Amino acid sequence: MVDVDPPGAEQQAQQPLLQMRGIVKEFPGARALDGVDLEVRPGEVHCLLGQNGAGKSTLIKVLAGAHQPTAGEVLLDGEPVTIPDPVAALGLGIATIYQELDVVDGLTVAENIYLGHELARGGVTRRSDAARNTREILKRLGHPEISPHREVGSLPAAGKQIVSLARALSRDARVVVMDEPSAVLDSEEVENLHRIVRELTADGVAVIYISHRLEEIRQLGHRITVIKDGRTVATSLSVADTPTDDLIKLMTGRAVEYSFPKRPGVPEAAAPVLEVTDLGLGDVFKDVSLTVRAGEIVGLAGLVGSGRSEILETIYGARRATSGTVRLGGKRLRGGVDAAVAAGMGLCPEERKSQGLLLDEPVYRNITLSTFARLAHSGWLDEKAERAAAQEQVEALDLRPASVDRDARTLSGGNQQKALLARWLVHGCRVLLLDEPTRGVDVGARSEIYNLIRRLADDGAAVIVVSSEIPEVLGLADRVLVISDGRAVHDSPADDIDEHAVLDMVMEGSVP
Amino acid sequence: MRGRSALSGPALRMGGLVLALLLLCVVGIVTTGGRFASVGNITTLLALAATTGVVSIGMTFVITGGGIDLSVGSVLGLSTVWASTLSTQYLAEDYGWWVMVVTALAVGLAAGLVNGALVAYGKVPAFMATLAMLAAARGLAELIAGRRTQLVEVDPFLDTFRADLLGLPVIVWIFIVVAVAGWFLMNRTTFGRRTVAVGGNPEAARLAGIKIKRHTLYLYGLTGLTAGIGAVMALARTTAGSSTNGTLLELDVIAAVVVGGTLLAGGRGTITGTVLGVLIFSTLTNVFILNNIDSSVQAIAKGAIIVGAVLLQQWFAAREKATST
Repeated sequence: MVDVDPPGAEQQAQQPLLQMRGIVKEFPGARALDGVDLEVRPGEVHCLLGQNGAGKSTLIKVLAGAHQPTAGEVLLDGEPVTIPDPVAALGLGIATIYQELDVVDGLTVAENIYLGHELARGGVTRRSDAARNTREILKRLGHPEISPHREVGSLPAAGKQIVSLARALSRDARVVVMDEPSAVLDSEEVENLHRIVRELTADGVAVIYISHRLEEIRQLGHRITVIKDGRTVATSLSVADTPTDDLIKLMTGRAVEYSFPKRPGVPEAAAPVLEVTDLGLGDVFKDVSLTVRAGEIVGLAGLVGSGRSEILETIYGARRATSGTVRLGGKRLRGGVDAAVAAGMGLCPEERKSQGLLLDEPVYRNITLSTFARLAHSGWLDEKAERAAAQEQVEALDLRPASVDRDARTLSGGNQQKALLARWLVHGCRVLLLDEPTRGVDVGARSEIYNLIRRLADDGAAVIVVSSEIPEVLGLADRVLVISDGRAVHDSPADDIDEHAVLDMVMEGSVP
Repeated sequence: MRGRSALSGPALRMGGLVLALLLLCVVGIVTTGGRFASVGNITTLLALAATTGVVSIGMTFVITGGGIDLSVGSVLGLSTVWASTLSTQYLAEDYGWWVMVVTALAVGLAAGLVNGALVAYGKVPAFMATLAMLAAARGLAELIAGRRTQLVEVDPFLDTFRADLLGLPVIVWIFIVVAVAGWFLMNRTTFGRRTVAVGGNPEAARLAGIKIKRHTLYLYGLTGLTAGIGAVMALARTTAGSSTNGTLLELDVIAAVVVGGTLLAGGRGTITGTVLGVLIFSTLTNVFILNNIDSSVQAIAKGAIIVGAVLLQQWFAAREKATST
């Protein structure tokens, strides 16, 4: 563990406001946090750094009372406290602003700010008091133009964030936790956010700030704690004195190394199957070009919000491209998803349950969802053929339990992913698009999924994999594209780039 | 074959419905004796159930597909009016009774397709689109009929649809045929599979390559078509076309479908359940009428049955989820 003394003498004199010591959080089958230490002083911006899956979200949920730690203690002003639920966290003065802003669109600004602790007398809300207080808080936040009576749904993302912040302030928060607050904002709004953070800290509030953008951390932060694989690897580093290189080194490397299948290498002569040229989607991404040959796996690496998933969905026709073309086997694709599927494309979406599966239908019907019409005879279903096709894949993929008649709901994450892959195996895909194929999949099943994807490529499919986990992209793909702010900033064979370089590219990307 | 909880769930639900129906019959026999169990009464009961029944089959599809159609009653009314205007009846006299049938079916189908286009391509919420159709179709029917009742004078039409076949009225046979066809369509065809997929998880269906908009259009078209078939049956039964035909039919139909076990949220539909639901409500009405019980009391009993059935559904759903994890 690296421990660096903070620079300023005045800061040194301060007592820590919040301490977390040896926090452990176990979920069934996984240890999300394995001894995290964090120490935050009043009036500082403390940056929390770590890769996706390192445990940052779990840690702030423990602090917000949403998760109960398995072991470890939280101290506030040196006194141990327990945080049984989110209300208790707010009572202690700990406010959390989540990435997905948790405001109610249908309520007004003032109603949102006082949600759960309405100003009321005898059951009747004191609307004028709430409005007056709200106006004061919004003025303090530099947004006097937002009316307390405005419906929150009509505000842009930045406005919603202000409302979230105002809610934190309305409770006299002493510790404000912000989870990637700048990810949804444009540059002007980021400026305002930074100003607000500085004002908060000037008032003695401690801010725990999660961001992947090093430039922003340098502008705003005082000290940094780095988390990797559920452990604190460095605590209280000084922002000013720690070079980027050291930070990235601390974040990379992994305690659990996954084994990736060997790359057989794609023959130079292999024909391009998927050709994407200058594809764009409004403000989300622009000028994305890529070619995938038969047997090749191309990985897209990038931060959440960089446009990776949208690129995949646009290639698939689930979003209508505003510019550029997609060619499959030399033929230009037009129209929506059904045209892409008919041409031999398949997508395993990021959200398996909400985008991929019919949870209350048996496994075989989920597997044949794209092929039941083809297996049918002039409109009459052939369930025997469906079952047989599904059974074959269930055995080939070692999907457990091996029954095709169970409801999809009863399967584990890894097996649900296998069922989705089986769907496209039955279909016989030439192009397979995989969005976060191992999200929510436990460690054991991961290697199986990796092997499966490689086998699909070996059988001649052109595969694109999107993942938040950089080692996964690097280990699995033949070629890697790095996506930052909606643009492909790098394209090379996976062997020519390492985790360090990818992180450098995605994190040093300009603050939007 | 489908695993323990999945097997016991639907089977148990069907068993419950059959039990409820038998219970009602027993009550009927006990309270009115031979009057209920007579061939004549059962025939009447079935004839009354037939119109609602046919429309309920269509409604089962649209609800399973994640939608709702509030306009079926009005569309049925409009179809009876359009199929019985003087000009339609003249044409029918000249060319044959099928002109009236085709007119009724075409009007129903067209109204359904308008609903479907609004919902699928216009992205109007189904509730609103079909509520608008409910108002508009009733209004158009009044305009065409001039608020008068149009008597059906095409005798071949009446002779055909008021006849008996193998001891059952023709309109009961129509219900049987539509129900059987509906069962096959739902359980044995790609159309049925798409319906379940679109209603169960539209996003997953879309990403699997199913044309969900086109299918939604078809679903409303199908429901409109069953309202047209219902119109033919109503014309035959009442021998008149009127803009008030089918008033509040949508409520009876939706009640029968939901009591039958089709999920109002979509993704699961049962034709057998719908048929049982229709029979339960018709038998209830019949038993009440035979006992000279006030129709207001009858309405209260209906309400109680609907609430009870939905409560049971929730309970089953909760239990299934609990046992499947």
